Amino acid sequence: MEKLKYERPFIKKLNAGLMNKFGTRTEYTPHTHIDGVAVKELVAKYGSPVFVISEKQIRRNYQNAVRAFKTRYPKVQFAWSYKTNYINAVCNVFHQEGSWAEVVSGFEYQKAKGNGVPGNKIIFNGPDKTVADLELAINDGAMIHIDHFDELYELQELLTRLNKKARVAIRVNMDTGIYPMWDRFGFNYESGQAWNAITKIMASDNLELTGLHCHIGTFMLSTAAYGVAAAKLSDLAMNIKSRFGKIIQYLDLGGGFPSANTLKGSYLPGADIVPSIDEFAEVITSTLLNYGYKQDELPLLILETGRALIDDAGYLLGSVLATKRLSDGRRATIMDFGVNILFTAFWYDHKISPAQEFTHHTEDMVLYGPLCMNIDVVRESISLPLLNKGDQVVVHKVGAYNMTQWMQFIQMRPNVVMIDVNGNPHLIRNKETIDTLHDMEVLPDYLKKFEL
Amino acid sequence: MKLNKNLAVSETGFIFNPTSGDSFTANEIGTEIINLMKESKSIADIKTALLDKYDVEGNQLEKDVDDFMVLLRDNNLIQYER
Ligand SMILES: Cc1ncc(COP(=O)(O)O)c(C=O)c1O
Repeated sequence: MEKLKYERPFIKKLNAGLMNKFGTRTEYTPHTHIDGVAVKELVAKYGSPVFVISEKQIRRNYQNAVRAFKTRYPKVQFAWSYKTNYINAVCNVFHQEGSWAEVVSGFEYQKAKGNGVPGNKIIFNGPDKTVADLELAINDGAMIHIDHFDELYELQELLTRLNKKARVAIRVNMDTGIYPMWDRFGFNYESGQAWNAITKIMASDNLELTGLHCHIGTFMLSTAAYGVAAAKLSDLAMNIKSRFGKIIQYLDLGGGFPSANTLKGSYLPGADIVPSIDEFAEVITSTLLNYGYKQDELPLLILETGRALIDDAGYLLGSVLATKRLSDGRRATIMDFGVNILFTAFWYDHKISPAQEFTHHTEDMVLYGPLCMNIDVVRESISLPLLNKGDQVVVHKVGAYNMTQWMQFIQMRPNVVMIDVNGNPHLIRNKETIDTLHDMEVLPDYLKKFEL
Repeated sequence: MKLNKNLAVSETGFIFNPTSGDSFTANEIGTEIINLMKESKSIADIKTALLDKYDVEGNQLEKDVDDFMVLLRDNNLIQYER
């Protein structure tokens, strides 16, 4: 006789009238396929855990963002924020769509260049640019966004020495009504520091001020803050025009639009509270259009949107290592991925779905990662079907920052796969192996031998 | 270990404890275990019966049934004799 399909025995007390505080039903509808490819197949071929990126979703997000801005304003350019996800395949999907590159370090700059982005379409941000980085950027004609006075002076000296000119912008920080204010990057608007930097640049022979930049924060829930930012940058641009007769070519409003993830401690799911790209576009473009620029002097609007364009295109597939019961009676499920590769578990209550069919029984549990560390918690409380060792889950909206901020600690970084628009998976980053470690280590001869 | 024999168990896995007024929902195999316990079957016999019937490894079943007993105890449905 054939044996019956097994499910772990389970009983749950019914609490009449009590709302389930552990999340919504949708969290446990099974998610068996990604862009038509079976999760089971992906795990069998590429291992578990594995990151999966939907090329289709990236393009959809990008085209939607471009539409939101271009239908409202004549001159718009996106620049892909490399730090958000700098796997070359991902960057090149953005470049194919027409995006420039935004980088914040020497190696990100090299990556953009290596991907074939022309120097004059690379925006070089950040407080840490070495002299060698700057020299490269100068020679390539990149857009150098100055972060502090030390950099401004260093750049001037370098240009004098090289007898060259550079196109520059300054990063401006300001009060947009958002707390905390990001005033550690760039020059402050309210204190007059930004204007001071502008005057110094205008007085310099080898610096050409082509733009003004700001990045007011990340996962911003206020559209109004962008209106303030656009107005303050415009105020500077107008003053530069009237004082020096110089027309600023572009305003770069940075990134910061939220994805549909749910922030920790938020009662409502992210998808219900985050403003849409259209709402941000409306505030920014209407501020610019109403600011009083002459028609032919409207600045190019640059956006360095990261998170909002990639988060929902990324999935993490993982498996259950074990289940156990904690001393206080709660169930604990141990996954083969943790905060080592899912850094955003510190910020978000990630939506997690089982990857296989289940009965309607669910239980509340803590989801732990595989690290031998107390901080390794993926979800403090989540309601999921009865998971068993070997079952798979899909973590949603993990495309931003995880594949750059992940750490190689106790476990190595896993494979990353991209599913193309025709539904074919491609390996785009190899998982690390013991060789990855050994390639970088140097063992002094005298430490090679020991006896135990 | 003793199951509260007054428990009302429906075929659909709805369980009512008249002593405390609590109600519960159990899945199919959970309901089956409770019914077998009501018939005073021993835990060892129950495990053997389930092993014959379901597609599951012995270790897994052992672990899960033991865990189920903890759940029953936590919900005051069984008492351990001392
Ligand atoms: C200068 C700059 N631009 C753009 C971004 C991308 O931001 P987001 O992913 O919030 O859109 C960042 C992220 O920190 C940044 O520092």
